[in-house]
Amino acid sequence: MNSTLLVNIFRFVLLLAVQIIIFNNMNFLGYISPFPYILFIILYPVNGNKSGLLIASFFLGLIMDMFSNSGGIHTTACLVLAYFRPFIFKFSFGLSYEYQTVKLNDVLTPERFSFILLSVLIHHLILFILEAFQFSFILDILLRTLLSTLFTLLLCITIIYLIKPNKR
Amino acid sequence: MQQIFNFIFKNSNRILFLLLLGISLTLTIQSHSFHRSKIISSANFLSGGVYEKVNNINEYLNLKTQNDALALENAKLKSLLFNKKDTTVIKKLDSLKGVKPSDIVVSKVIHNSFNSHENYLTLNSGELQGVKPDMGVINDLGIIGIIDNTSPRYSTVVSILNTKSQINAKIKKSNHFGSLIWNGKSTGFVQLIDVPRLASVRKGDTIVTGGQSVIFPENINIGTIDKIEIDDQTHYYTIKVKLFNDMTNLGHVYIIKSKDREELINLEKKEKNE
Repeated sequence: MNSTLLVNIFRFVLLLAVQIIIFNNMNFLGYISPFPYILFIILYPVNGNKSGLLIASFFLGLIMDMFSNSGGIHTTACLVLAYFRPFIFKFSFGLSYEYQTVKLNDVLTPERFSFILLSVLIHHLILFILEAFQFSFILDILLRTLLSTLFTLLLCITIIYLIKPNKR
Repeated sequence: MQQIFNFIFKNSNRILFLLLLGISLTLTIQSHSFHRSKIISSANFLSGGVYEKVNNINEYLNLKTQNDALALENAKLKSLLFNKKDTTVIKKLDSLKGVKPSDIVVSKVIHNSFNSHENYLTLNSGELQGVKPDMGVINDLGIIGIIDNTSPRYSTVVSILNTKSQINAKIKKSNHFGSLIWNGKSTGFVQLIDVPRLASVRKGDTIVTGGQSVIFPENINIGTIDKIEIDDQTHYYTIKVKLFNDMTNLGHVYIIKSKDREELINLEKKEKNE
């Protein structure tokens, strides 16, 4: 039990550091930037403490906001993703996901892919809507969301594949 | 009473979510209203410190380009020194007090952002060096932005690439004023709006800061005119300005401490009160 907590704390710090130092400086064509730090929320244990996840993602977003001077947009996007995570699970893995042992960091199946895709999409859509905060930018928001989602998705899957924690 | 507790226990996650969502939305909305003091900004000990460390490494890697830029600037300054007839304004000393109207703090950009609609920079000098909110930030090529938040050792800057920023600017040749804004699209271009149609503008003309604001001194370079459009509704010019600065690559910058600023602000306040 304790090791799960430690792994999660380690993941929290590591993902934030990598995001801030490396991925925040990545801009393809000026506006496509990836946010793989939300892997923390995606990879959080399925049966883990839900209020714990909410609080952790609040601080995850808050630290991101602090480093990118963006008010509360990352905080809001992370919180919403954390709150809707069970619903996305239900959508992707079927109703009885809680009884199965869903392991995300494993071979990529359509279910796992759809779960990661939906999570990234929801997070990015909220993030970019709040960032622009104007309806006149709606086309821009959609374009940014789409391209960044693709980019983040690619990175997330690569990272999951690269760092498989327990190889058997 | 029992039922209330039961309700709270049953919906504890939902209540926690709504509470935290409320906090984060407040922070978001607060950050979108101009000139509000922000709680979450990169001008604090933690993020400023991390950015400074990261920047130290980056700086080392960019040493060569920085050297070239400095050499260029040196050459330009030398040419100014040798040809004093040049039209560039040389700052006059105030004959009464013996001080320059504006003092300059040399600082360094330790974090730069240009990929969102509201971009901020972080500088490695703060209140200890006398930096205060609403001071102008420039470099040798042109203007960069306005100081937003300060901490003892760091400060954040509202970049000119920020849809909230609005800077008074004029056409160098004809002294017609307008407002400089950014439409959030390209990092190389900004827009000058509300220029009256009487003004004679031509592609390639230089845009400089106007003397109407207390933040920037007059005649600091901004860019050149790239495209001229006429607004159908207001019949004012909307001018696309190509920046002299490459906002994606910034190193050393100068913060302008205007000594007249407080006097001017106080005077205007007095005027308003009467």
